[in-house]
Amino acid sequence: MKRLEAVRMEQCIGCHSCSLACARLVHKKLSWNTAGIRISSAGGLTTGFEARICVACDPAPCAEVCPTEALKQRKGGGVIVKHDKCIKCGKCAEVCPVDAIYYETETDLPYLCIHCGRCVPFCPHNCIELREIPPQDQ
Amino acid sequence: MKIDPNTSRVLHVDLDSGKSHALTIEDRHMHIGGSGLAAVLYERYGADDAPADDPRQPLIFAIGPLTGFYPLMSKVVCGFRSPYTGEWSESHAGGRLALSIRFAGYDAIMITGKAAKLSALVVGSRSCEVENVAYLRGKDVFATGKFLRKFGKHNSGHRSAIRIGPAGERGVAYACINVDSFRHFGRMGSGAAMGYKNLKGIIISGDGAYDLPEGKAYADMMQDIYKDITETGKMKKYHDLGTPQNLIPLNELHALPWNNLQKTHDEGVDGISGETFAEQLLLRQAACAGCPVGCIHIGLLRQQFASEHEFLYKQVSYDYEPIYAQGSMLGITNAADVLALLDETEKMGLDCMSAGVALAWAAEATEKGLISKEETIVDLKFGEMKGFLEALKFISSGENAFYQALSRGSMSAAKLYGGEDFACVLGQEMAGYATGEVFFVASAYGFRHSHLDTGGYAFDQNNTEKNAEKAVEFMLEDERGRIYINSMMGCLFARGTYGPDKLQEALRAAGFTNIAENLEEAGKYIQKLRWQLKCKTGFNVDAVTIPKRFTEVVTWKGAIDTVYMDEVAKRYSAAIKEMAQCDKQ
Repeated sequence: MKRLEAVRMEQCIGCHSCSLACARLVHKKLSWNTAGIRISSAGGLTTGFEARICVACDPAPCAEVCPTEALKQRKGGGVIVKHDKCIKCGKCAEVCPVDAIYYETETDLPYLCIHCGRCVPFCPHNCIELREIPPQDQ
Repeated sequence: MKIDPNTSRVLHVDLDSGKSHALTIEDRHMHIGGSGLAAVLYERYGADDAPADDPRQPLIFAIGPLTGFYPLMSKVVCGFRSPYTGEWSESHAGGRLALSIRFAGYDAIMITGKAAKLSALVVGSRSCEVENVAYLRGKDVFATGKFLRKFGKHNSGHRSAIRIGPAGERGVAYACINVDSFRHFGRMGSGAAMGYKNLKGIIISGDGAYDLPEGKAYADMMQDIYKDITETGKMKKYHDLGTPQNLIPLNELHALPWNNLQKTHDEGVDGISGETFAEQLLLRQAACAGCPVGCIHIGLLRQQFASEHEFLYKQVSYDYEPIYAQGSMLGITNAADVLALLDETEKMGLDCMSAGVALAWAAEATEKGLISKEETIVDLKFGEMKGFLEALKFISSGENAFYQALSRGSMSAAKLYGGEDFACVLGQEMAGYATGEVFFVASAYGFRHSHLDTGGYAFDQNNTEKNAEKAVEFMLEDERGRIYINSMMGCLFARGTYGPDKLQEALRAAGFTNIAENLEEAGKYIQKLRWQLKCKTGFNVDAVTIPKRFTEVVTWKGAIDTVYMDEVAKRYSAAIKEMAQCDKQ
């Protein structure tokens, strides 16, 4: 079991290639927000960048609060997402401790990282990695 | 939401009323986007007979159909009536602005009218407000950026903040618009065009989401292009040393302007070379949103502000052109001194190229005794940074009659004080290429008097024969190739990847089939329209002059051949007249 980790964000150049690839290839959207990894700068570009990403909680508060199991606990942390089961209550985004779930208002659906790693080859500076989850975390 | 491939969606903000309208502009297969869309909007909404500061004149920010779909489709064209020339003009910038406009749901934002109070425009996919920011009057670009970031805070990282400094507010003819701190709509005075509207800043949040075409074609194409850009090594140079890598080669060629173009070579180049900047001052590289190259080079300026160990540090972006204009052109051979000047230029919101070249003229005019400290207030001497640093503030504030004249351009000042022969103006203050006849003509006559209109400097370097016909043919064809890119709003660094065939494939895969099938015709239409607008708004091809200084330049090829230069100019102006149909107006 693997999880996506933003391990070297100090090398980030703010190109957003990871977010855009996730939105385009995983979530089939042209967007900055409907992506499992989202890059932000705290107070302008002079301060560097940070990644908003699912940190693979276990137990995951978002799965616990989801009334319809649209978000279901994944072994080793994180969740499995089934949009067709979602009743659009939005509670998952509210409880996420690291603000990793983007709740999109037009489709009324949550967007978050599913730890698939499709974004990884798009990072030109090796800031993100799909890493094996250590046994003690599983 | 869906993107309509056949029309452009434009947010028209009327600052007179404070109200906005979403417009649908038909015939996208003809105007494409970017440069073409801006021209079509000006044609419909501009006031040809009125001056640049007329509140009716539109200020347009346009992206292209492929913005957001593919890497390096990361630029925005700003279309406006130039406060410098009065003519229809353009300037291009990157940063996060292009994706912010795309994800806010627009192909362009067009602003007309003039706000009653100093204002900021705040736009998102579901919002559009004109905010009173009278408290930002006179604030520099950095302070303004800090204040403006209170708007759209929840979209941090997914928004763009563009703004003007004191120079734009005061109407300096070469004031720029700062984009996200490190990028600029630099040339031709877009900052003053924004200042005329009492508009201090624009914050755009890219907070919408859009459907992609069904099927695999788009995803495959996007990944192919991404690989071509990142895996072939063709972009490495832009990330590594970046454009400043050109300082040493151009100096070796005897094509780097020094001391107001009094010479083209100087042994002191090592002090301001790309290598020196990278080794001593480079803090990090950054990227425009949607571009994995990361060509933005940010230097660390460490300054002592008190007698003991008291330092402050600043992050200053640098490139070839800024280093030329505020380095070699001013005879400055210390990289940190260049950064100090660029930092002040940035704060004031001036175009660094025009400001540097204007000060270079002032330094030579001082040397020649045409002006003295009575005019310049401080000593302006080649190689001495401190005087120039103060002078940048004086240009911005219009400190006295001399600096007010200089803030209209070096030729304007030269007309009052003398020294027209050595005002390095080719339509506007020159770019950093003393490569020869074709570049000088291409800049003096070019659509936006930019080194990026055509690759005239490359033609000079790649051709030893003096064939005016071939040179003009090259300029016209190269301009059209760039129009494709500048209407898609791709970065010109990617023109090797996005040739016309690739663009057509990319357009089809993204669902813009009608544009793909009409690309050649659209290119010709846009090229012609842009020249027509330039001529209608005051450009007189027959009145273009190339100052004497350019005829005195000595490059690696030897002295400038004025007969050849005149022949290139004659043929190019005839071609422009034909395209613009000047005689039929």
